[in-house]
Amino acid sequence: MGSQSVTFRVRRYEPGTDSEPRWEDHRIAAAPGMTVLDGLWLVKEHDAPSLAWRSSCRMGICGSCGMHINGRPRLACNTQVSELGGDIVSVAPLPNFAIVKDLVPDLAPMFEAHRGLAPYLVREDTAEQEAPTREYRQTPHELERYLQFSYCIKCGCCMAACPTVATDPQYAGPMPLGQAQRYDGDSRDAGFGRRRAVLSGGSGPWRCHFAGECSQVCPKGVDPAKAIQLLKHDLVFDLLRLHRRAPAAPVAEAPHGAPREGIPAAPARTVTDG
Amino acid sequence: METRGHPNRLGILGWIAGGRWGFERYLYALHRVTGLGLLAYFVLHIFVSSARVLGPESWQQAMDVVSGPLFRAGEYLVFAAFAFHALNGVRLAILELGFGVGRPIDPVYPYATSVGRQRPLALAVMVLAGIVALWGGLDFFVLQ
Amino acid sequence: MRDRTLWTWHVGAGLVILVLLGLHMAIMHLDATLGLFGTGDVEPVDWESVVSRMQDLFFTVTYVLLLGAALYHGGYGLRNILLELNPGPGLRRAIDVGLSVGGLALFAFGTWAALAAPGAATAAGG
Repeated sequence: MGSQSVTFRVRRYEPGTDSEPRWEDHRIAAAPGMTVLDGLWLVKEHDAPSLAWRSSCRMGICGSCGMHINGRPRLACNTQVSELGGDIVSVAPLPNFAIVKDLVPDLAPMFEAHRGLAPYLVREDTAEQEAPTREYRQTPHELERYLQFSYCIKCGCCMAACPTVATDPQYAGPMPLGQAQRYDGDSRDAGFGRRRAVLSGGSGPWRCHFAGECSQVCPKGVDPAKAIQLLKHDLVFDLLRLHRRAPAAPVAEAPHGAPREGIPAAPARTVTDG
Repeated sequence: METRGHPNRLGILGWIAGGRWGFERYLYALHRVTGLGLLAYFVLHIFVSSARVLGPESWQQAMDVVSGPLFRAGEYLVFAAFAFHALNGVRLAILELGFGVGRPIDPVYPYATSVGRQRPLALAVMVLAGIVALWGGLDFFVLQ
Repeated sequence: MRDRTLWTWHVGAGLVILVLLGLHMAIMHLDATLGLFGTGDVEPVDWESVVSRMQDLFFTVTYVLLLGAALYHGGYGLRNILLELNPGPGLRRAIDVGLSVGGLALFAFGTWAALAAPGAATAAGG
């Protein structure tokens, strides 16, 4: 199989020089199996050395290369040129985020909203959290209640697809809300009340009207729309006093009986305090 | 929070044309449009139907104003909008209260989503809304 | 009131509207096929039908209930749309106040019409 000539239509924006973003066409030879990210590297190597974007792992793990590819938010590293069909590949920065330069979106507001929803285990036993003696107890069944949402890589594709985020910068958006549910649904967490204080307001899930696009574009199958509706369920049932939350899971008990023999000692710590 | 660089929000166009043009996105847009239409009609309706308090002559006058073919067609549009908004609203109430979206699953490619899971419901309520709208059309224009 | 509470009422009001407006639509607009009210030569919007509904306590109570539920549901829906257009803080406050005052005024007017109707029907010889 030989290579095929493809036009990469890339959205360019140089702060301080361009008043508006503009399209720029580049012809490249697309080999079978080539991803959009590979194509961008070719464009940069041969035609446009100043072209800027964010990418890192090249395998759909880091969430850096979210872009608007052929009109849909996707990961550039996870999208093959051949799967797009046609001989024009349009690549633009993710919409609903300000453009820093070319294909680089400013994700800071998304992370600000994310941070505001305490996306970590909130517990009362902070001493145990700082210096753990054992793991917190959690059954596989309890793990399943949030595991899907923990696959989120914060690429921002859901935010770019959300109709509410398209006009309303105050709405937290699918990623932060999905992550709020990821922790609210965790049996080890006691942060429901703390997150509720933010979620009950105008930036909360009440601005979601189930257009469903976030879940359709999520490259990791996280299904933020599902997380948001479950979040609403918990918040409304809490308001109506129909749902009582279980206390956060305790630290696991020490194993009974004599310790098993032949278990090697843990290696010495490589990082020391101070 | 302050953002850096060129603003790139899709704006109102993003309400209908953000990404993939999914079926549910059309329903979302139509739900807004029909909601606004129903609200506008409802406010007008409050005033028109209050003419009954002023006696039979005022009532008849008000009915004469709104009995032309244009109003009749408009009234049918309101009926059809109600059929859509009510049935789609039932779907949304079920889903947005967390029912019918499914439990969290292990995401294995190709990913199954809550949107796909609720699609039979979305199609069913649209078929039902179509039937009610057709029924209304029969009543409005054929059997009168 | 916070959005969580407002939204919950919005859904509740929607359910009330579904039942009451469904009934209203069936009576007023599916009369030819269902014939729930004003059968035969009498249309649901004819004065005789109107008078008999005006003097029926069931209709008076459900009119007021439907009026309140629909105004709240519609007002909150409109607020959603307006707030999602990202107005400034001043305009945001104006939207909240405007919709609350407008909604209450319409509710007061509609309630007055529903409560005054039985008397008007009697005066008109209904």
